[in-house]
Amino acid sequence: VTRSQLAERDGFGRVLRAEWTKFRTVRGWVIGMVVAAALIDLVGLFAAGQGNIACSPGPGGPTKTGQACIPPVPLGPGGEAVTDSFYFVRQPLAGDGTITARVTSLTGRYGGGAGPASAAGGPLSNIRPGVQPWSKAGIIIKASTTQGSAYAAMLVTGGHGVRMQYDYTGDVAGLPGAVSAASPRWLRLTRSADTITGYDSADGSRWAKVGAVTLPGLRATVQAGMFATSPAYVQLTHSFGGSTGQVGPSLATGVFDHVSLAGDRAGTAWAGDNIGDQGAYGPQTSQVEGYRQAGGTFTVTGNGDIAPVGAGPASSVGPTAPIEEHLAGAFAGLIAVVVIGAMFFTAEYRRGLIRVTLAASPRRGSVLAAKAIVVASVTFVAALGASIVAVVVGTRLSRAGGQFVLPVSRLTEVRVIAGTAALLAVAAVLALALGAMLRRSAVAVTIAIAGMVATYVLGVAQVLPAGASEWLLRVTPAAAFAVQQSIPAYPQVNDQYTPPAYFPLAPWAGFAVLCGYAALALGLATYLLRRRDA
Amino acid sequence: MSEPEGRGAAWTEERGTSDEGRRCLKGAPEASGKHSMSRQAPAGERPGGGQTSIRDCLHAEWTKVRTAPGTIWLLAAAMVLTVGVSTGAAAATRCPSGAGCPVDVTKLSLTGVQVGQALVAILAVLMISAEYGTGMIRTTLTAIPRRSAVLAAKAAILTGLVLAAGTAGVAGSVLAGRLILPGHGFTPANGFPPPTSPSPFLSLAQGPVLRAAAGSVLYLALVGLLSLGAAAALRDSAVAIGAVLALLYLFPIVAAVAASQNWYRHLEQIGPMTAGLAIQATTGLRGLPISPWAGLGVLAAWAAGALLLGGVVLSRRDA
Repeated sequence: VTRSQLAERDGFGRVLRAEWTKFRTVRGWVIGMVVAAALIDLVGLFAAGQGNIACSPGPGGPTKTGQACIPPVPLGPGGEAVTDSFYFVRQPLAGDGTITARVTSLTGRYGGGAGPASAAGGPLSNIRPGVQPWSKAGIIIKASTTQGSAYAAMLVTGGHGVRMQYDYTGDVAGLPGAVSAASPRWLRLTRSADTITGYDSADGSRWAKVGAVTLPGLRATVQAGMFATSPAYVQLTHSFGGSTGQVGPSLATGVFDHVSLAGDRAGTAWAGDNIGDQGAYGPQTSQVEGYRQAGGTFTVTGNGDIAPVGAGPASSVGPTAPIEEHLAGAFAGLIAVVVIGAMFFTAEYRRGLIRVTLAASPRRGSVLAAKAIVVASVTFVAALGASIVAVVVGTRLSRAGGQFVLPVSRLTEVRVIAGTAALLAVAAVLALALGAMLRRSAVAVTIAIAGMVATYVLGVAQVLPAGASEWLLRVTPAAAFAVQQSIPAYPQVNDQYTPPAYFPLAPWAGFAVLCGYAALALGLATYLLRRRDA
Repeated sequence: MSEPEGRGAAWTEERGTSDEGRRCLKGAPEASGKHSMSRQAPAGERPGGGQTSIRDCLHAEWTKVRTAPGTIWLLAAAMVLTVGVSTGAAAATRCPSGAGCPVDVTKLSLTGVQVGQALVAILAVLMISAEYGTGMIRTTLTAIPRRSAVLAAKAAILTGLVLAAGTAGVAGSVLAGRLILPGHGFTPANGFPPPTSPSPFLSLAQGPVLRAAAGSVLYLALVGLLSLGAAAALRDSAVAIGAVLALLYLFPIVAAVAASQNWYRHLEQIGPMTAGLAIQATTGLRGLPISPWAGLGVLAAWAAGALLLGGVVLSRRDA
């Protein structure tokens, strides 16, 4: 380290200190930061704490509120909330073994249900034939009949060919095409210790391996058999002014033959179980769900899904909230920090302080850098504290009010909270740079707010058609709000993957878009600051 | 740094010592020279001691706004953005044939108003904040000590400018929708009127379309007045524009996360933007949280409240 480098570093340290002194001695800016933090919490806690959510009358009683609303939501092996509800024709399988079956048909019905819409004609009225794209029938090896237990399955679907699915989030594609009597599908699962391997075949003689999966800690005796299940049907019309949608239960019926279970089994008879029955068809559920055995042919009908619970409207576990719903206040906080960020530079011009500043440290780039560091650090710290409070307290309030807060891993929670704070910090830097470029705080503030908040309103409040809003959330700085998305989009679950629950870009990719804008603005601001007369 | 600290003895308030107060509103009996600006201000700046009439106030404000470098660009940008965003929204929307699309084409072709309003807000905020930024406000209030008259004159000039620019922007938006949408499936086959019929597609001859279009122009003017009042109350341009845009854009965001339907409707009913834009709806009026004219009334109440607050702050506080 040479002396000149030391002097330079010392010089930047002094500039940094000068800018920090400027920031902390202006009462309005300190108050503004406190206001930003308070807004984040106020809006977030408002979203969470609106009292108890009234549930519709349950099948066995009057209207319930609060915790009683939510049936216990099972958690999968990965800790995520899952739906685990299907009709299971099973036998115990002790130790290693193989189950094979041929599926000759998968049909479905949808509509009806125990909801208020069909109350007049009963749950089975208004039911129509039709298979859902992710209706499933196939063979499964499952740790136990407990909901949320580990599994691996080979299955045929209504519209996505043969799949191997495991532990709720895993999904591997097998043979494509629909199943029919003319074009049946042979499915096979082989257990060897903790590893389960799936195969499929079109003719029962040439088998192809689809995938192998390890289910750690699988017990010696597991349950193996056939299943059928069908998720809620979703019909959404994306349009201007919102998406109108219909959601309702559906049924899938799979026909199996050539069923064989090879291994040491504990029993020899097949038993039927309606796992996690959701009562979608009310008291008539047993009329439509179940299985028939005629010779070697099994006909299994079920309703439900074996899948992770998403944050979209088709998730059927009742009122759910992802954790980021408690961070909606970030928009309010964003407006406050953008105002402070822009003023942190433009105020220098108003009082002519800029001439003193630039006389004291003629390296203009480092003045801008020091201001950026100061405003970003202060914003990050204030927003981080507020976001932690909003998520931690908001989650509790939501739970107390009867909402199911979708569980996420600790790492995801940290990413959502720290990402929100970082988003606000970078937005403040963007506003600072815009202020330095334009010297007019009103225009700088408006551009920053229009770029992040107005575009989000246009894109999310369903003002624009779906395609345009997705485009907006890719190319504008509002893309950064993707960092708040805590529940990933699952392609194997039919749902509405639109904001505010889902963003078109991956979390950090969206954040990078904002950083790109901020870097561009900082570069331009440095260039203009050096070239222009102060 | 953010607060003007340097106002010193030269600008101390003095009450009831001059006759300037009478000058702006001719014959206004209550104009007793309250809050005259400056003790140095000579009683008769204008040779001959002529009195400042409302026309003079308007003329002064008109000259200021006309010669400010940003005005024409902001008005042009408001117009261009309104038309541009509306055109983009229309171009991005398609009606698949036979599906029957529940699209409010009038509202769709007026989408740009939601962005154009931000520029109207800048213009309005700068009409006051820029004067505080440069110290011009002291000259203004010296010339016209009756402060409410200054605000009224600014409001009148602003309203005129925004009505003109807004009419152009809204007319352009409707025209764009008329030209683009029939090519995107909004045809008689899908239940939309053809261009040649007694009540043609998106024609201002239809009552609801005219109401939506004229209401959108009024909406922009009211957003301008709301911003003007906020700027008079808050003074600093960055703070004022931040507050106005927060008022406009935060209501729909907070409403969207409100878990209960009641809260959602209430927030949509009281938000200046969410309520005010109800004026653009021409279909599904029953499902709206608030009826079109009542919604515009909510925005008008916001604007009136902001102007009142701005007027009181302007009269009470030292400039």
